[in-house]
Amino acid sequence: MTEPVFALKHLRHAYNGQEVLRLDDWSVAEGENWLVLGPSGSGKTTLLHILAGILAPTEGSVSVAGRAFGELPASELDRFRGRHIGIVFQRLHLISSLTVLGNLMLAQYLAGTSQDIHAARALLASLGLADKANSRPHALSFGQSQRAAVARAVVNKPRLILADEPTSNLDDANAAAALDVLLAQARACNATLVIATHDRRIRDRFEHRITLGGSS
Amino acid sequence: MNLLRLSLAYIRARALNSALNVLLLALGVATIVVLLLFTHQLQHRLERDSKGIDLVVGAKGSPLQLILSSVYHVDIPTGNIPLADAEKLKANPLIKATVPLALGDSFEGFRIVGTNHDYVSLYEGRIAQGKLWEKPYEAVLGSEVAAHARLNLGDTFVGSHGLVEGGEKHEHSPYTIVGMLAPNGSVLDRLVLTSVESVWEIHGQGPHEEDEDEDENSGDPNKPRHLQPQELTALLVQYASPMAAAMLPRQVNSQSALQAASPAFESARLLNLVGVGVQTVRAFALILILCAGLSVFIALYNALRERSYDLAVMRSLGASPGKLLVAILIEGLILASAGVVLGLVLGHALSEVLGNWLHASQRVYITGWTVVPGELALILAAVAVGLLSALLPAVLAYRTDIAEVLARR
Repeated sequence: MTEPVFALKHLRHAYNGQEVLRLDDWSVAEGENWLVLGPSGSGKTTLLHILAGILAPTEGSVSVAGRAFGELPASELDRFRGRHIGIVFQRLHLISSLTVLGNLMLAQYLAGTSQDIHAARALLASLGLADKANSRPHALSFGQSQRAAVARAVVNKPRLILADEPTSNLDDANAAAALDVLLAQARACNATLVIATHDRRIRDRFEHRITLGGSS
Repeated sequence: MNLLRLSLAYIRARALNSALNVLLLALGVATIVVLLLFTHQLQHRLERDSKGIDLVVGAKGSPLQLILSSVYHVDIPTGNIPLADAEKLKANPLIKATVPLALGDSFEGFRIVGTNHDYVSLYEGRIAQGKLWEKPYEAVLGSEVAAHARLNLGDTFVGSHGLVEGGEKHEHSPYTIVGMLAPNGSVLDRLVLTSVESVWEIHGQGPHEEDEDEDENSGDPNKPRHLQPQELTALLVQYASPMAAAMLPRQVNSQSALQAASPAFESARLLNLVGVGVQTVRAFALILILCAGLSVFIALYNALRERSYDLAVMRSLGASPGKLLVAILIEGLILASAGVVLGLVLGHALSEVLGNWLHASQRVYITGWTVVPGELALILAAVAVGLLSALLPAVLAYRTDIAEVLARR
């Protein structure tokens, strides 16, 4: 069996002494796409942040691609995250002072990889954003912004793509389209996709699901 | 993409605010540049014009006035001294050399100075055309006078009585131009030089007879007597030894009719007087620069709040906290540098304009196209203010808790 893309063991996280997340053992093999389900406040976002290495859990261990986060120095963790983990935020958070292309170039720069403007343009073109490359984010529709955010998350060809509620504010058709884009991009860079959602419309498209918050 | 382009993108994104900050800093820098250029060049000018003159001996009165009138040629003389006293002084072993000055007339606002050839050598003046004066009524023009009057060698002109324009003209005794001096940046540029005898002869003749009575009876000490034959206005003195500095002024001042003043001492006193004003303006300019720093600080600090998500996103894209710190510092540095560059350009251009204006009205030549030593310190100080004002926002960016920011609703 191949090495898991990530493995969580005996994970606990508490805010101000109140436990918000409890997960004893979860490991994900390469090529699997997972859905993290649960109602609001069940710790889905917290789990994604822990997986991304931007939040250290109160207890337990996290390792991604064989690297234990707890043992990495902070600067190396930053570099590792930039290089191997792509994040699509619920509210997208494109950088409004930069163009769409600038957002992608920033991701390449901050990851410390060599900057490839042609690859970035090709990626935007494959997402139907070729003519929006030099637009500011506020000139984009929501669907376009979301595709731009996905492009930024995958531009460095990460091993792991994390998406937080990518479909929650969309109608059925758009939700399906957004999901298609994420799955296609994950496949294109051979990455594992983990989506945190409380959107029940999309659960049937994933065979791997984990539910937080005890119930269901 | 790199941090510089990122910072520039943020500056562009709030162009108006950035431009205002740059302008505010530039105004402070420009004000100080103007002050530096003016004080430095004035000081240089004062030093150049008093170089080689250890002591000035003239009539009793204000020592500063004596120096201003007979070294810098800007004030009216304190009065005149008998030639006999001057001759006696020349024999003093503490004195190496003297240059006589006889003032009283002017030509179109430029002073006519009766003196000898040593006066030209004192300022290392060179003849550009013609020769130095030899006979009475021969005159040599300084470069500015020549440029102003548009006269040629061999032309004649008449002096007018008194040191300001509009005095009675000495029509009966015109001067002939025998030489023109090359410009050398000293007071010579603004003078008409002739022999002491020429000045004596003009004043020994007819038109002043009624003045003379009046002068001799006049009790008004502020109104100097007109120059009489066998009198000088002042004597420029070079010491024979350093010891003279201690002894000669006292010796001269103890003689009732004479006064000795040191150009170095008096111009230092003058600069001190002017300096109070300069210090005040400088303090205002510094306040302006500090305000600009504060404004940059407020702008960056507010921007930081709007930008907290951006910073968190950059961290999630792999930026280390140090990188964010540097990005904000670069932003402050760019604003400060732009302000400094604009301020330097503005300050120099403004000095040139003011200098030209002053040149026309006061015959004081100040240029903006020169660099003075204080500017480097100014540049460093202004850039430091910019960096310092970016420091706290940068540290706050460094400390951003990304998970907390991203979890915010």
